[in-house]
Amino acid sequence: MTATIMAILGMALATFATRISGLYLMRGVVVRGRLKAALDALPPAILMAVIAPTILTTGIAESIAAVITAGAAFLRLPLVLVVIIGVLSVVLLRMVLA
Amino acid sequence: MTFSGREFRQGVVDVAPILVAATPIGMLWGTLAVAKGLSPFESWLMSAAVFAGAAQFVAIEVWRDPVPWVLLTVTALIVNIRHVLMGASLSRHIGGIDRRWHPVMMFLMADENWAFSERRALTAALTLSYYFGLAMPMWLTWTTSSLIGALVGRSFGDPAAYGFDFAFSAMFIGILAGFWKGPRTGAVLGASAIAAALAKLYVPGAWYIVIGGIVGVAVAALLYTEGEEA
Repeated sequence: MTATIMAILGMALATFATRISGLYLMRGVVVRGRLKAALDALPPAILMAVIAPTILTTGIAESIAAVITAGAAFLRLPLVLVVIIGVLSVVLLRMVLA
Repeated sequence: MTFSGREFRQGVVDVAPILVAATPIGMLWGTLAVAKGLSPFESWLMSAAVFAGAAQFVAIEVWRDPVPWVLLTVTALIVNIRHVLMGASLSRHIGGIDRRWHPVMMFLMADENWAFSERRALTAALTLSYYFGLAMPMWLTWTTSSLIGALVGRSFGDPAAYGFDFAFSAMFIGILAGFWKGPRTGAVLGASAIAAALAKLYVPGAWYIVIGGIVGVAVAALLYTEGEEA
């Protein structure tokens, strides 16, 4: 087996392990009160953490584009439109600020 | 377990914008993968078997010759450790779904279809049909766009020139808006963002995602007051 295939298999197994193990973590735990509030906050907190370096530390164009995109998202525009607005803003801002 | 065409179609409709946004991202990834020496088949295989965009981008960043497969495996584990928390959260909503389907569901749990499932669970029971309506098109799009990128990649030049590199972030911002419940959500997001950005700057590797997630959750737990929505 080549090292490339070993790497792909290793990554696939590691990834699946992370995906399946969460199911067993909460088995038998009653979720309410403070724990529920914490778990409810998990989805937005993780999504934010994934993109935070891009929108906060890449450059001023990315940060401003993120604010514009957030504005479009809060207007409840369709997601495709939000993404298009985000991509267009970043292109224009990079041109203007470069 | 009965298959519901209506639920499946609703999933496809919800995920459709994500597919549009994910296509250039998958193509970009395929382009980078062949540039690092993977064959188009190997690129497709990684997208099909790993199916985790963030981990795959980090892997291509780390990729070199000879292939450090142990390092790549450990890196995938760290980048994807957030899945443990995501799975724990999702496990609250899949109690009504036959256990035999759980491994397949978890294999297909990408950020986007997980986020939509969580959002769905706020207002309705999460069904297997809805979940597959999100996850199957997502898998097909990700694998196909990776392969196309690997095959034709270098001819479309620098993706940053078209702002495609920002599509991923824009998509997440769009999804995030659906989780807004008021100022407390703002506090959670602010804490998570600052913690993740600082961790990215000062902590080696990909721990920033886990650190941001945990700080956000801690803020939510701290702001909780007894007696609300029991």
